[in-house]
Amino acid sequence: MTTLMERICMRGNLPLRILVAILVVIAVLFICIPLVALLLRVPQTLLFASLQDPVVLDALFLSLVTASISMVIVIGFGTPIAYINARCQYPGKKIIDTITDLPVVLPPAVAGLALLMAFGRRGLVGQYLNLMGIDIAFTTIAVIIAQVFVASPFYIRQARTSFASINRVYEHAARTLGASPLTTFFSITVPLAINGILSGAVMTFARALGEFGATIMFAGNLQGKTQTMPLAIYGALQGDMDASLALAVILVFISFAVIIVIKILTEKEEAVP
Amino acid sequence: MTRSTTLISLAVGITILLLTAGCTSPGTAPAPEKNELTVFAAASLTGAMTDIAKAYEAAHPDTKIILNFDGSQALRTQIEQGAHADLFLSANTKHMTALQGEGLIVNDSVKTFTKNKLAVLIPKDNRANITGLSDLATPGIRLVMGTKEVPFGDYTRQALGKMANDTAYGPEFRNAVMKNVVSEDPAVTALVAHLRVGEADAGIAYASDVSEEDKALVIMLPIPDRYNVIAVYPLGIVQESKVKDQAAAFAQFITSTEGNAILIRYGFVPVDR
Amino acid sequence: MIDIAVKKVLRDFTLDVNIYMPEGGTLVLLGENGAGKSTILNLVAGLMAPDTGHIRIGDETFVDTATRTCIPAESRGTGYVFQDYALFPHMTVAENIAYGLRIRHLPRDAIDARVRELAGPLDLLSVCDEKVGSLSGGQRQRVALLRVLAVQPKCLLLDEPFSALDVRTQVQVRQELKEILAAAKVPAIIVTHDLRDAVALGDRICLMEQGKIILCGDADTLLQKGQHPFIDQFFIGTCKKVKNNFS
Repeated sequence: MTTLMERICMRGNLPLRILVAILVVIAVLFICIPLVALLLRVPQTLLFASLQDPVVLDALFLSLVTASISMVIVIGFGTPIAYINARCQYPGKKIIDTITDLPVVLPPAVAGLALLMAFGRRGLVGQYLNLMGIDIAFTTIAVIIAQVFVASPFYIRQARTSFASINRVYEHAARTLGASPLTTFFSITVPLAINGILSGAVMTFARALGEFGATIMFAGNLQGKTQTMPLAIYGALQGDMDASLALAVILVFISFAVIIVIKILTEKEEAVP
Repeated sequence: MTRSTTLISLAVGITILLLTAGCTSPGTAPAPEKNELTVFAAASLTGAMTDIAKAYEAAHPDTKIILNFDGSQALRTQIEQGAHADLFLSANTKHMTALQGEGLIVNDSVKTFTKNKLAVLIPKDNRANITGLSDLATPGIRLVMGTKEVPFGDYTRQALGKMANDTAYGPEFRNAVMKNVVSEDPAVTALVAHLRVGEADAGIAYASDVSEEDKALVIMLPIPDRYNVIAVYPLGIVQESKVKDQAAAFAQFITSTEGNAILIRYGFVPVDR
Repeated sequence: MIDIAVKKVLRDFTLDVNIYMPEGGTLVLLGENGAGKSTILNLVAGLMAPDTGHIRIGDETFVDTATRTCIPAESRGTGYVFQDYALFPHMTVAENIAYGLRIRHLPRDAIDARVRELAGPLDLLSVCDEKVGSLSGGQRQRVALLRVLAVQPKCLLLDEPFSALDVRTQVQVRQELKEILAAAKVPAIIVTHDLRDAVALGDRICLMEQGKIILCGDADTLLQKGQHPFIDQFFIGTCKKVKNNFS
């Protein structure tokens, strides 16, 4: 906590403060105005009616479940990559690092097509899965795969940065005190990197929740099975715009609530210097 | 705030100020050398209208046609929200009538310029061995169609409704077909992509939705007129247009023999006159 | 026993040292920053591996390139006090001291008792539940020491144990450490650039430069010789006084 006097002494010159204040206000308004416009446009009655529509409930449930599973999978597979790339030197590291970023560059619809060409029933891998009787395209699993593919860079990038920012001496200290590499990782590295890990996980969750292009291509659009909120919103947009906007508002609020809850739950950890 | 972050935010701030200053300098844009005509066209017209515009520009070097393709609903919304357009080409009468009702379209300019028919699209290798409409009910067939909100999905359901009412097929046929749907695609591009990679066995869309290059990859199975839902494409001049004469001239060209030929090449059905 | 004979190519020079102290006791590695002293501690602790050579502490061979033996860092039982102490910032004082015990899955009661037993004599009980960020330099140094003593290490490794302290605290902590070393009865290696620390604590003092040991002996030998510029130039005047104060 800074005292009033500290704030008076440290606040810098007036023109700079005004400039910074203007930039901050513009940035915040830029994000808020479209959201407010969206909210004002949607009749409240429609919002509540939408919440009882089975199409909406199915989509909401499917979105939350798949985005959560995707987040867990990304954490499980992304953490080792993030840690190795933050800590180790090995030939081809830059390439691996770049590859993990690529899904961000790929337009989502292309990502979905690529997934079809890989795991579809005539795909590179999918044709063999198909022989074993495994069919992934147009299933809920395809929804999760699409989300994982598109959203993983957000976590890996963030986790890698926070791992890299931890002074190795803490890990060394733990090792000399008798902790195995794995124990060290979970008792020292993860707690010290937890802010980055969590914010990366939240970003991944949010991106998975909003995933549209790759999902529509790879998983298709079928209510209760592969129709997530963004798909339902896009679908409704073609017919009843108000209904679609109501869905969008619900999605924004649910995402907001989920992210806020995660932030509050981890508030304590942020006290660490 | 450290010195470096101060510098960075200053730099960002100055950049933004310069950019916005550059954008708002009024009245300095050079007068257009050509007459610009902005055409809002339904997405299904993408190929045909691009060619027609090229042909028109070749014949009228003083005119530049700016094409904006999107779903008819989206285009209608854009016009309602004040987007600048001179000519509107809709994929159904509903949106045109709505705009007319709002006084946004010049009433006596509205006319039907082409038609479009539904067809069953099948990947060239036809692994599911679909040879007739009745095969669509074979269990296990992977069928894709539009959502009930998009026109081509709506019409597909209407067509299936007509077949359900016909003793040759009956309601069980429709139920069996709907059970085979693996994805309700919100855009025809997604549907065609699903067919092209062979992930779906068949899809129902407009004959015009198969592009020139896709014709080599897709078999088209016609749906008899008695079940088909023939889409009517109206055009209309936007009330706000400042170049109504040129819009009318271009509209005339679309319905000319030359324009019609291009439309037919893209799978559209000419209007009987 | 302390038996270190290692070679390792580093960025600026090759580390090449031979130290043999069959009687154990406290070894001080003295020298300027970048002489390779801390590297030796890291080699002993198992955080680095030598190119060739062996390290034996007590009756255990930590590493021997000839027989390709290498005990991992966590199994060596070294008590390493790092230069900036490396206290875990996300843990309280008590959690820091208890860390080594907790990962050994000792019962909670036993851990609590051991922490109290250790923290009591060094006046740390009152800050046990505080995060380490709020501690003074002297307190941090003690917590770091207790954290390694808690697991009863087979040898102690101390990297510049006093450099982060103000001068008055240094004198007090130096005395404290001398007592602790005497009580622990395990071999210890202390790295310092301060001749006063070396003279006060070392049974054997080795002066290092560019990865090599250039002078070795007990405090008296080292001070009497007085030939080396490092000792002559900077410290010779004050150190005799320190020596008188502490021994």
